[in-house]
Amino acid sequence: MKRLLDIEFHKFRYSRSSKVLTIIYLVIVALMMLVGMIRIDFNGFSGSFSDLGIFDFPYVWHVSTYFTSFLKIFIAIVIVSLTASEYSNRTIKQNLIDGLSKKELVLSKFYLVLVLAILTTVVIFLASLILGLIYSDYTEMGIIFSDLEFIGAFFLGHLVFFCFCLFAGILLKRSAFALGFVAVWWMFEGGINIIAYVLDKAYGTQIYDYVLHILPLNAMSNLIKQPFTRIDLIGSSIDQVTQGSIVFEYHIEWVDVLSVSLWSVLFIYWAYALLKRRDL
Amino acid sequence: MEKILEIKQLTKNYGSLTAVDDVSFIIEKGHVYGILGPNGSGKSTTLGMVLNVVNPTSGNYSWFEGTVNNHNALKRIGAIIERPNFYPSMDAVQNLKLVCKIKSISEDKIDEKLELVDLLSRKHSPFKTYSLGMKQRLAIASALLNDPEILILDEPTNGLDPQGIRKIRDIIQHIAKSGTTILLASHLLDEVEKVCTHVIVLRKGQMLYCGPVEEMNKNFGSILIDAVDRAALLNFLKTQTYAGTTEDTGDGLEVKLLSDVNTTQINQDAYSAGIVLSKLMFKKQSLEDQFIELTKN
Repeated sequence: MKRLLDIEFHKFRYSRSSKVLTIIYLVIVALMMLVGMIRIDFNGFSGSFSDLGIFDFPYVWHVSTYFTSFLKIFIAIVIVSLTASEYSNRTIKQNLIDGLSKKELVLSKFYLVLVLAILTTVVIFLASLILGLIYSDYTEMGIIFSDLEFIGAFFLGHLVFFCFCLFAGILLKRSAFALGFVAVWWMFEGGINIIAYVLDKAYGTQIYDYVLHILPLNAMSNLIKQPFTRIDLIGSSIDQVTQGSIVFEYHIEWVDVLSVSLWSVLFIYWAYALLKRRDL
Repeated sequence: MEKILEIKQLTKNYGSLTAVDDVSFIIEKGHVYGILGPNGSGKSTTLGMVLNVVNPTSGNYSWFEGTVNNHNALKRIGAIIERPNFYPSMDAVQNLKLVCKIKSISEDKIDEKLELVDLLSRKHSPFKTYSLGMKQRLAIASALLNDPEILILDEPTNGLDPQGIRKIRDIIQHIAKSGTTILLASHLLDEVEKVCTHVIVLRKGQMLYCGPVEEMNKNFGSILIDAVDRAALLNFLKTQTYAGTTEDTGDGLEVKLLSDVNTTQINQDAYSAGIVLSKLMFKKQSLEDQFIELTKN
């Protein structure tokens, strides 16, 4: 495993796109942390995001993982371009000839995405911890480290997405096509959702509930649910309007955890099966 | 003799096209092999199969008498195929380090091999800034990193200028002298003729010949002969048992030989018959002629 990671990080380190996009990722995370510090003075109103209580433990885990999730697209671009460029530079062929087996090749890519998912999770964990320690009103150990399942869900959500991108890169061999495929697939799942929702309304079926958990990107987005209504200000105003008739669910559902884990395994397996079948 | 590679009835179909058809041969240690064949005869596909990048339709092959599995065997060989494949933004040293990591070997030999292919001065330039000749030389350096037991080269001089071709050929000859087994696929026959001891001839996926270069065609070569009195010379030749078909090539008569000859004897016989030769030269049949003959059907 160490050898394969060494090989893969050697490729990662000397790729320009990986450097640029990693920096962009870190810069955006840093900027988002700074946003918390900005005070807005407007018409006598003075406030900042931190006043909303979003950086309070344990909400900060939920809020930060939710809002930084979209950033995985930057890392995903790195993965897609690293994978697809192995095809366009034909280095994948050379790697095999030099003595890497097809299994090792897929494994090394998998280890890379695994480590990248872990690293992004650690970055967000540390960023949230810092924000929480600065702004949170509660700093008891028990409260700080409660609701950490959001960090776990964040990790799984990234892992499945990265595996998906890896698979797309190997399937289509060109980074532009692979990224396009990921985007189209995302829209495709959105379309399915709408159709399922309409069918449910019209015929009283319950397809929507299934597709929400079964399709990979759905399950991924569904892992960490929106935290808006959890924020005191918004939550209480909704409660006033609806008199508490709508109850929002925030918890991570095991079915989603299962679903994304299964999809991650499938994507890696398919990537391997594709590579094995193909003549290069 | 130690077998490096044994191929048994290897076949590859691409749909209805049979790219490689039931090819079997053995590569033994210490020889320099040339795989000859026109474009599209299945040279690269055959190499692709033994190098683990093309899946055979049927048949099998074994490296080093089957003592190691395929991808570990590949760590003991050096191979370059068609065109050099490296990471464009890495420099020579970074690219070679990666190869070392894949082959699980030490990185000590990088400078030595770069020196061998004359790239030491450019070792820190990114691969994408290299000329084709430099890329090809880097590929050779990369293939030599593990001091391979066999070096496989697929069209190593394709697309190079004459200086580049000469440079690559010198490197190959240098390596061949050190006793490394080489398998060289090419359609440039003089290239093969200059370095190979054995040839494998492919045409349309089928193997026509496998063996030492000199035994490829049973023939005795030809002589180029001329005299002022052409008519007398032709009459004289008709009486000689070694003379086969005669052809006027412009700078003399080329006579195909049917048996071994002694040019001194011919000269003497002609002189006794009253013919003074103005030209007499023995010609070995070139590999090109042999190859064309073998593949013309």
